[in-house]
Amino acid sequence: MFKLTWWKYLTIVLLFYTLIAGFLVEVPRLDIVNESIRNLYFHVPMWFGMILILLVSMIFSIRYLRTQNEIYDIYSVEAANIGIVFGILGLITGMVWAQFTWGTFWHGDPKQNASAIALLIYLAYSVLRSSLEDEQQRAKISAVYNIFAFATLIPLLFILPRLTASMHPGNGGNPGFNSYDLDSRMRMIFYPAVIAWTLLGWWIVTLRVRFAKIRNQVRMKQYATHSE
Amino acid sequence: MFEIQHLILKEIKLEWRNRVALNGLLLYVVSSIWVVYLGFSLTVSVLSPIIWNTVFWIILLFSSVNSVAKSFLQEREGRMLYYYTMVSPQGIIFAKIIYNTLLLLIVAFLGLFFYIVLMGNPVQDFPLFCLSLALGALGFASTLTMVSGIAAKAQNSTTLMAVLSFPIIIPMLLMLMKVSKNALDGLDRSLSIDEIITLLAMNLIVVSVSYLLFPYLWRS
Repeated sequence: MFKLTWWKYLTIVLLFYTLIAGFLVEVPRLDIVNESIRNLYFHVPMWFGMILILLVSMIFSIRYLRTQNEIYDIYSVEAANIGIVFGILGLITGMVWAQFTWGTFWHGDPKQNASAIALLIYLAYSVLRSSLEDEQQRAKISAVYNIFAFATLIPLLFILPRLTASMHPGNGGNPGFNSYDLDSRMRMIFYPAVIAWTLLGWWIVTLRVRFAKIRNQVRMKQYATHSE
Repeated sequence: MFEIQHLILKEIKLEWRNRVALNGLLLYVVSSIWVVYLGFSLTVSVLSPIIWNTVFWIILLFSSVNSVAKSFLQEREGRMLYYYTMVSPQGIIFAKIIYNTLLLLIVAFLGLFFYIVLMGNPVQDFPLFCLSLALGALGFASTLTMVSGIAAKAQNSTTLMAVLSFPIIIPMLLMLMKVSKNALDGLDRSLSIDEIITLLAMNLIVVSVSYLLFPYLWRS
């Protein structure tokens, strides 16, 4: 039967908790945002998850450069891919939310722009990978780009939006959500949601890494039988 | 230090012997400015400061990508191997960054000269504008040098160069545009201090990351 490690059970439980509590539990009544404030449990964790998973991807790139172990390269690629998926989901949920609260899908908000640029960087990373043929060289060079890109991404995500006016809460004079959820009920759901989505992302990464490993093994076997 | 000095001198000598590339580059800047001039038909109209600024930086971005792209592409396989046995990778990356900074400074200020001749000069705080230009040359050179090192290893590296460098250069470009816009409007200099410090910090990050990562790129 199924045997899962503890954190996978935790992911399942927390995800169900997020879905059920996120849709049913009372939320603060606010002008403009109204019920759409529930998107906080889905939109914001996507960004937290993306940044955390991209951070993991960069750490695996560093480990690859240190050890030259192929498995770390697979980890860093798959983590970057899931990071892109989270980024796209975050962008979509954000755009829908923006349509109902700010009036347009694309508002030119600094955070929106910054996240679009972040996606461009990681799409460029996958273009770079596909244009390198030698496997070892591909692993090495893309690891270098991954680290370089992450180092330039940090100022983009954390410094730039704070310097210019933004319509996101907590920026440019807008109050943060912290000042809204006075009863801290939202926080009780928000933090588990962040953990749940991030763990789900990591779970998908491990599955994809296993898949990649098996694919490599099958290929090796095929080469072996062909060469006989 | 000695090593870096020699490498820079070597780059300058190579460039001077093969002046086609340098002349081509300068012509690239001048002709793109000319295209913009004719495109906006400026004999009958005047650009607003924000368009003046943005167009100038975009021209500069494209010229920089073109000029730095060749810094690793022009090196032949045999010569690379020769360096490999002679000098440290850190020496090479520093020499390339410094050389490219000098090159981009020439391109930027020459470009500015032609731009002002053709488009007029709405800049009110000229020293600050020149400072932003110098910071831009340094920042572009350090980012693009590393990216060109990466792109040179792959196929169809000219496209890759743009794809890899544009997204990571955008934050820097936005800051530069902001500083130069402040200079254009003649705003008080204390308003630009934040941006200038951030730009310096970004340059520091990029240079130190390049310093750490280049040896791995070099060995592959």
